[in-house]
Amino acid sequence: MYLRKILILLVFLTGTARADLLIEITKGLEGALPIAVVPFGYFGDAGQPSTNVGDIISSDLGRSGRFKPLPVGDMLSRPTRNSQVDFRDWRAVNVENLVIGEVEQNGPGGFLVKFRLYDVFRGEQITGFSIPTTTRDLRSTAHQIADIVYETLTGEPGAFNTRIAYITSFRKKAGKEKDGTDIYKETVHLRVADADGYNPQTIVTSEDPLMSPAWSPDGRRIAYVSFEKNKPSIWVQEVFTGRREKLTSFKGINGAPAWSPDGQFLALTLSKDGNPDIFVMDLRRRTLRALTRHWAIDTEPAWSPDGKQIVFTSDRGGSPQIYRVSVNGGDVERLTFEGKYNARASYAPDGRYLTMVTRINGDYRIGTLDTRNGELRILSDGDLDESPSFAPNGSMIIYASRANGKGVLAAVSTDGRVKQRLALQAGDVREPAWSPYHQKERK
Amino acid sequence: MKTTRLAWAAIAAAALIFSGCSSTDKRDAGDGAEVVEGGSGAQTSGIGGGGAWSGSPLDNPDSLLATRKIYFDFDRSEIRSEFVSILRAHADYLTANRSATVTVEGHCDERGSREYNIGLGERRAAAIQRFLEAEGVDPSQISTISYGEERPQNPGHNESAWALNRRGVLVY
Repeated sequence: MYLRKILILLVFLTGTARADLLIEITKGLEGALPIAVVPFGYFGDAGQPSTNVGDIISSDLGRSGRFKPLPVGDMLSRPTRNSQVDFRDWRAVNVENLVIGEVEQNGPGGFLVKFRLYDVFRGEQITGFSIPTTTRDLRSTAHQIADIVYETLTGEPGAFNTRIAYITSFRKKAGKEKDGTDIYKETVHLRVADADGYNPQTIVTSEDPLMSPAWSPDGRRIAYVSFEKNKPSIWVQEVFTGRREKLTSFKGINGAPAWSPDGQFLALTLSKDGNPDIFVMDLRRRTLRALTRHWAIDTEPAWSPDGKQIVFTSDRGGSPQIYRVSVNGGDVERLTFEGKYNARASYAPDGRYLTMVTRINGDYRIGTLDTRNGELRILSDGDLDESPSFAPNGSMIIYASRANGKGVLAAVSTDGRVKQRLALQAGDVREPAWSPYHQKERK
Repeated sequence: MKTTRLAWAAIAAAALIFSGCSSTDKRDAGDGAEVVEGGSGAQTSGIGGGGAWSGSPLDNPDSLLATRKIYFDFDRSEIRSEFVSILRAHADYLTANRSATVTVEGHCDERGSREYNIGLGERRAAAIQRFLEAEGVDPSQISTISYGEERPQNPGHNESAWALNRRGVLVY
């Protein structure tokens, strides 16, 4: 008799590059590297693709906070090939690096994207590639070029060609209860978008809560919690096909899924034995092992990058704090001592820093903890910030925040110097999870 | 003018009471909460109800059983003293009606991390469950679920909204 609608949508639309999240840099970086990305030329008899490759590269680099792209209007010339470059035009406007390129038609629906990166002051090419792609993958190719430029000039891998998963919720009044309180009807979506907010795709829609999306290390699957049929279950869904499988549906809590770095295990929270404890599931054998046994709330497990340790939230000491335990069990070590509320920790790719939610003067903010010396740094400035997630290169942390009473996503550079807001046009958005490095869809 | 309005209010109240008598009284299904079935497994024993009431005591608006929500302090799961009489009425009803079952939902305000709040909501639901069991309700009559902060009663972002959201709900 329950009219419960769980729609599993397999919508992988092509050609829709609409931005769901509008990214706005709220705090820039002084001393960012001046760079120029000239609009790419186009050669072909089919119509020019709507994707503006040069613009995407320029926006990516600007968003990282490490680069300051020159506005197109300030360019003295607009070369698209090597023979047209006159370095004096770029030295004159104090640009240190220059990116030029062309998009060439390459058979039906195919393109060849050629680009060159120059050191303006030395007057020479640093690198250059020719990348075959398709209409559908053109945005992705542009992000890939931004990654190459970023890595070449900073020495660190870029994370522009990645995705984010997040929860979007739309809530509307749907009558009143007998006691006069409003009843709200909520529609919740689990969505996946490019890291720049484009190409949002809904992969699950439900009228019951959806929570805690977690990427598998190969970027092909997402584990999440769904309250469909009025009980929490952990599901694993293939991102590209939409196929999904119910992993756990024990009595009580089934929550906080976290993949091991090798993808073989899932850490999770279950309360089947009476109260929330951390368990590890062997995904091939489907066997469960309890990692913690404590009367307190133990939840929010996260793996160290080497797969040897798990950090988690526990209130065993009287308030929620971060603890660490070996994946083989044994002694539990408390990691946080500052403040009365530290929760939802996860490791940076370097294994040294943790990001987490910390309460300071009544506000919930995103911080990083240096596990070597216990130093806590506050990076965000909201009052209800939560769900921090590192970019796979460790350069940025994306998290859920609040602006004008609405749930929004925000990102901050790990050094705290660059901040940006990713505003959803409608609804509340929360629980962002940054994907691992991009994996090509298996065709 | 005033008397007319009062008369209308009385008629409206009566209509509410009678609609409450219908066999099923669903909360909006899309809200996704447990479907409230007013008549399910209910006997007409009148416990806690007014003398004139002849329907299910669960539907009697004058009964303490009409109150299905109790509230908690921030980050706490102890039953506040002002809610003891309400829970006792529910315990009395459940012990007198051994075929009746209840789902106890635990909820939190939006502050803090979401999965930790799932744990906290479960602790609140468990506190209510323990209270009912101590009053003689059979464990098989009670099930619990925590929604954490996922289903606020009031979607606001201030202390008055949070106070309403830190709650336990009894769903028959």
